[in-house]
Amino acid sequence: MLDKKDLLGIKELSVENINSILDTAAGFKDVLGRDIKKVPTLRGKTAVNLFFEPSTRTRTSFELAAKRLSTDVINFSVPTSSVVKGESLIDTALTVQALGADFIIIRHSSAGVPHLLAKKLRASVINAGDGTNEHPTQALLDAFTIREKKGRIEGLDIALVGDIIHSRVAKSNIYGLTKLGAKVRLIGPPTLIPREMEDIGVVVFHSIEEGLKDVDVVMMLRIQMERQGKGFFPSTEEYSKNWGLTPERLLLAKDDAIVMHPGPMNRGIEISSEIADGPKSVILEQVTNGLAVRMAVMYLLAGVRK
Amino acid sequence: MPKELFNKKDIDRALTRMAHEIIEKNKGIDRLCLVGIQRGGVHLARRLSSKIKEIEKKEIPVGSLDIALYRDDLSIRKGQAVLRKTDVPFEITDFKIILVDDVLFTGRSIRAAMDALMDLGRPATIQLAVLIDRGHRELPIKADYVGKNIPTSLSENVEVQLEEEGLEDRIIIEKVGMKE
Amino acid sequence: MTILIQKGHIIDPSRGIDGIGDVLIENGKIKEVRIQNTEYRSQKSNPPLPPFSKGGRGGITNSELKTINAEGMFVIPGLIDMHVHLREPGFEYKETIKTGTAAAIRGGFTTVSCMPNTFPINDNASVTEFIIRKSLDGLCTVLPIGAITKGQKGKELVEMGTMKDEGCIAFSDDGLPVMNSLIMRRALEYSKAFGLPIISHCEDLTLSEDGVMSEGLLSMTLGLRGIPAEAEQIMVFRDILLAELTRGKLHIAHVSTEGSVKLIRDAKRRGVNVTAETCPHYFSLTEDAVRNYDTNAKVNPPLRTKKDIEAIKEGLKDGTIDVIATDHAPHHRDEKLREFDLAPSGISGLETALGLSMKLVDEGVLTINQLAEKMSLNPARILGLLTPHLSSLITGPKGTLAVGSDADITILDTEKEVTVEASKFVSKGKNTPFDGWVLKGVSLITISKGRIHEWQ
Repeated sequence: MLDKKDLLGIKELSVENINSILDTAAGFKDVLGRDIKKVPTLRGKTAVNLFFEPSTRTRTSFELAAKRLSTDVINFSVPTSSVVKGESLIDTALTVQALGADFIIIRHSSAGVPHLLAKKLRASVINAGDGTNEHPTQALLDAFTIREKKGRIEGLDIALVGDIIHSRVAKSNIYGLTKLGAKVRLIGPPTLIPREMEDIGVVVFHSIEEGLKDVDVVMMLRIQMERQGKGFFPSTEEYSKNWGLTPERLLLAKDDAIVMHPGPMNRGIEISSEIADGPKSVILEQVTNGLAVRMAVMYLLAGVRK
Repeated sequence: MPKELFNKKDIDRALTRMAHEIIEKNKGIDRLCLVGIQRGGVHLARRLSSKIKEIEKKEIPVGSLDIALYRDDLSIRKGQAVLRKTDVPFEITDFKIILVDDVLFTGRSIRAAMDALMDLGRPATIQLAVLIDRGHRELPIKADYVGKNIPTSLSENVEVQLEEEGLEDRIIIEKVGMKE
Repeated sequence: MTILIQKGHIIDPSRGIDGIGDVLIENGKIKEVRIQNTEYRSQKSNPPLPPFSKGGRGGITNSELKTINAEGMFVIPGLIDMHVHLREPGFEYKETIKTGTAAAIRGGFTTVSCMPNTFPINDNASVTEFIIRKSLDGLCTVLPIGAITKGQKGKELVEMGTMKDEGCIAFSDDGLPVMNSLIMRRALEYSKAFGLPIISHCEDLTLSEDGVMSEGLLSMTLGLRGIPAEAEQIMVFRDILLAELTRGKLHIAHVSTEGSVKLIRDAKRRGVNVTAETCPHYFSLTEDAVRNYDTNAKVNPPLRTKKDIEAIKEGLKDGTIDVIATDHAPHHRDEKLREFDLAPSGISGLETALGLSMKLVDEGVLTINQLAEKMSLNPARILGLLTPHLSSLITGPKGTLAVGSDADITILDTEKEVTVEASKFVSKGKNTPFDGWVLKGVSLITISKGRIHEWQ
């Protein structure tokens, strides 16, 4: 069960909420395995993808999830530019609502935008990524994947490697996994890991060899090339040499460790091709699970709006 | 104060009779399968399946069907229905399906179950077996095999309790107030 | 017109007056102040008060008389807000000189000095002249602050002498710091010729880059860029050292951090000519106010932590911080109703300042006397308003109730509680995080430019 009409972040979810979503997602994964992958459950509802940041994977995932539930989908891709003076954010959102949207799935470069919309709109707002704040459905599908592969989340040692400070995927995962009782480690250069992380119960490593010892799950984060010129790390070669996931380094983790990545990958930089295509990688399953999780989120949110 | 209508022996006898009726009406068990509707019908489907095996010395396929995603009351229910397992691990196209449920009431669950089945394949026929028919149909649905007909009022609730769920086998009726 | 304020509790820190009495005003000047008991403390440089004479009002030469019963209320020299943004010229949709001065009066302020980041920027005499001309119709006195550098670009000094002649009473690039230390040094040196203070907006832009709230655990969890406290402290330190080097007159605007308070305290101990101001939001709210991405609490410098609030209160108490100013920054509703990152910073503060500052009196941080110092006497002293000016703009002393000074009076009821209603603000700017707060001490009567303004 969910108790609020919107999904804004993992921070706002209780453990019961999260488990409810994961359990429901399991049911939808079954549906996705059938010949007819569609159910009439949310027939007649309308979902609007309001993406202010370019994204094909997440947007397509939400679109497909909505369609599998027999919901109609509208895609609104707004060109991102603070220079382009056009319709204000609120006006765009109200227009979308006037079209009859039941769900508004929003991705924006500014943190807090989904929260603003949730306050102003009747529709259920789903956060598909707001600045460097959160990307809750990604964390939910990651948790689902881990739970499916490992049978549980509590007590697992999970390492997140890479650009934590700029990653909303990392933040949502940190909140989610710690809530569910995992032992979370962060690995990366000091410039990419905020000091305050240690205040929320995670352990920080700057050496990938130290950090990967005996972990059950390795979650790699994409290194954003744009960060290179700004003093966060001197070069991608240096980054890759020190924090890239190579087969040798992966051996330090448990034998049955799994490797995850939210995509898109920079092969050869943060993760070697061998691992990405190897038996321990669950990267493609994350994509399938993403569909089931997003269906579950919409299904459960539809139950709150009455 | 709930009143017991059927006890363990009553249930068992009814199921035995229904098993015989199913075999008789279908002239054997060729292309026959049982699909129990979550949750009430699932255990009953398995019991029927064992009884049929006792009689015919052969097993027929049994599956379970969750109808949460096909319900027609999603916009009025207080919360979302919990999803349960749909496990029909066999081809249903051209099969004769016996849908099994514990209590037949308005008929809406059966409607949803039929839609769910249609999304899984194209059965040759669908028949309905229920342990209790309590009347008050809201759709034109009729059971082919009935354990017991019990006339009830809308302010009463009929519940089938089974060993598989950790309770004693029995059927009870209780006054609860108007159906919502 | 003659105004008689009777039976009020008169507080005039400029002369150590604190007692029940009457104030007589004639033709916009203070004619006489009489205290009932001789409890007043020794005065400063003004001539002694005439002795209390029973009966009669004495010395009234006009026939038109207005009497105000100030029983149970405090009568203090009109409040002076030395840091407001009136937005005109250029941003009239946010506020105009007319609406801003009306809001000031509502808040109990009889004089405001307005920052130059208008459009065009007040970096030359003609813009100064425009502002002064517009302010003549305003309900309170407006004293413009000129920019330090042309276009506030931080490269070339403005014509300080010429602008002073036109009416500027201080210089500041507020909204921006003067990043270049050499230019700041020159500004502090050059301004000495004209005896005017340099008001510094202390922010190291390279550290605060893109930041929208205070840096810390909260900014990390909200996914918002943070501004470290050091961004302010580094510039406070630098400016203090430059003031020490040049012996110029430095005033530090909107102090918000514990570290800055410490630096200023040390500097004063060393004898540096530095004064400082803080704003009511810095002693009333922590960064928690932005927890729900509420843009009404987005302000620069940002709201900080409990420790900083404690330090600022301590700084007010021990005199490290001389002034409470509002940094009144009105914005249009649509501008604030948007992405947190992109919303402009600022709080519309004129109408809540006195109420929030009264809480300090309630908490025992300041006495009413000290409050009058922070909001009237000290600003007057820093801006050189205690002595009569020769410019046509300011005729008599302000910030004091001495005989012959301008009759700028704030009369306040410190018991009545009022709920803040932003939608009813006189200012065009309704952007405040204090909407719904219950505050005491809302000025009931403000007297300025010969007019009386009353509110229940």
